[in-house]
Amino acid sequence: MEHGRADAVHAVEASGVGKVFAGRAGEVVALTDVDLTVRAGEFVSLIGPSGCGKSTLLRLIADLDGASSGALTVFGKPAHQARLDQDYGIAFQQAGLLPWRTVAENIALPLELHRVGREQRRARVAELAELVHLGDFVDRHPDQLSGGMQQRVAIARALAASPKLLLMDEPFGALDEMTREYLQSELTRIAAETGAAVVFVTHSIPEAVFLSDRVVVMSPRPGRITDIVEMPFAGERDEALRESPAYFERVTAVREALHGAPVERANER
Amino acid sequence: MSAVTAGARDGWLRVAAPVAVGVLGLLLWILVVDVLEAAPRMLPSPTAIAEELVLRSGIIAEDMAVTATNALLGLGVGAVAALVLAGLAVASRPVDGMLAPIVAAIAVVPIVAVTPILNTMFGASSQFGRVAVAALAAFVPIFVNVLRGLRQTRPVHRDLLRASAATGWQRFRVLTLPTALPYLTTGLRIAGSLAVISALVAEYFGGPADGIGTAIATYAKSGRASLAWAYVAGGIAIGLLFFLVTALLERLATRRSPQ
Repeated sequence: MEHGRADAVHAVEASGVGKVFAGRAGEVVALTDVDLTVRAGEFVSLIGPSGCGKSTLLRLIADLDGASSGALTVFGKPAHQARLDQDYGIAFQQAGLLPWRTVAENIALPLELHRVGREQRRARVAELAELVHLGDFVDRHPDQLSGGMQQRVAIARALAASPKLLLMDEPFGALDEMTREYLQSELTRIAAETGAAVVFVTHSIPEAVFLSDRVVVMSPRPGRITDIVEMPFAGERDEALRESPAYFERVTAVREALHGAPVERANER
Repeated sequence: MSAVTAGARDGWLRVAAPVAVGVLGLLLWILVVDVLEAAPRMLPSPTAIAEELVLRSGIIAEDMAVTATNALLGLGVGAVAALVLAGLAVASRPVDGMLAPIVAAIAVVPIVAVTPILNTMFGASSQFGRVAVAALAAFVPIFVNVLRGLRQTRPVHRDLLRASAATGWQRFRVLTLPTALPYLTTGLRIAGSLAVISALVAEYFGGPADGIGTAIATYAKSGRASLAWAYVAGGIAIGLLFFLVTALLERLATRRSPQ
């Protein structure tokens, strides 16, 4: 219906956004003067050392915390309204599944909270379980799944309400390298199939380079954006890409952008 | 292979060991009472107790029902009161502040001490005093545990529900209450035994002339030791039943606990 308009509106638009936390030892500036635009359908990674405010920025977009200054809109609306309208889905480093619910009931949670009918819910859950290749596991409980499978359930749950924006806070951070690469490929496919924009927080340079259209490099004290590196790999994110010279060249570019930042090394925690 | 047989032997031992202790104890008891005839007057032979238990099973069961009903009602009332008040305390800080000293007071008052007063207050023909004593005793452990359980939600779950734009009631129903459920059942298990003990002991301080406690007191005073002990067995049965049911509930609830 309003398809043309929706395409024209940016998924995320931040200008002059800052966040100050009131701590015991005075105020802590977590984020300062962030300008960032995420286009509809675009995959953007936020990378940087601990304390650079990348998770804080994601939480501001999700309206889990409120910005202290600046303007932040999600699909042209204030972040608060976008949250109430379920315009985004979210996944965290911990899968955060409810242990007393089955996989199907976990995926259906956002739909249940918004009073989607039982039949519709069942159909949507079946669809999502197929999308994340967990069709045979919908009746299991989370404690019967591996970490990688739990994270796939969390992604399916984030996609339940068919959001056009997916927010991910180091979703693969706690997984082993093999599972991680597998889920990266899966996420590439899912993002392409759903056409959702993704804002993806990570510590890993190769992960950011492999997944993203653009990598936003951040630096701490105070948290801010120091560089934005473009990735030219649209449509060719497969296993061959991980071996290609162009890929390594981009990895180097991001690493240099990170080290140009005057503080400690990335990937350190 | 050897691990399997060792495991099977451990399982067998776990059943056999306590049974063996029980049988040994019983034999020793019979030896002292029946063979050596060295027991005090109020300790009859186990066979005599069993005889009374069979002979008077009808009236023992009736009195068991009275005491068990009092304990169950007390447990129910105490649990509901504890749930409601703990919910209010979590929802509102002022309520929490007001309840804390009251609960502390109830916790340190020896409940049995007020029993004669309650019994007199509600009259000699009413079970109300006994139910009230059981309810008071059951209230504290349930309240303390539930209050704790309602505060155990994990940040990632709270973030998730906020991101899903859940209402306050939805958050309580979908997250806070299920998280607290294992704590509630732990409270129930502790409170279950307390409710039985309180309901039984309350009968020693007056009220209607029925119930396990009343019977034990009566028959002990009149020297009918075997019958008094048969009633004690009935009391043990009630306590055991309450414990088994509440322990089973706890097991079911903790099967899929968050940690």
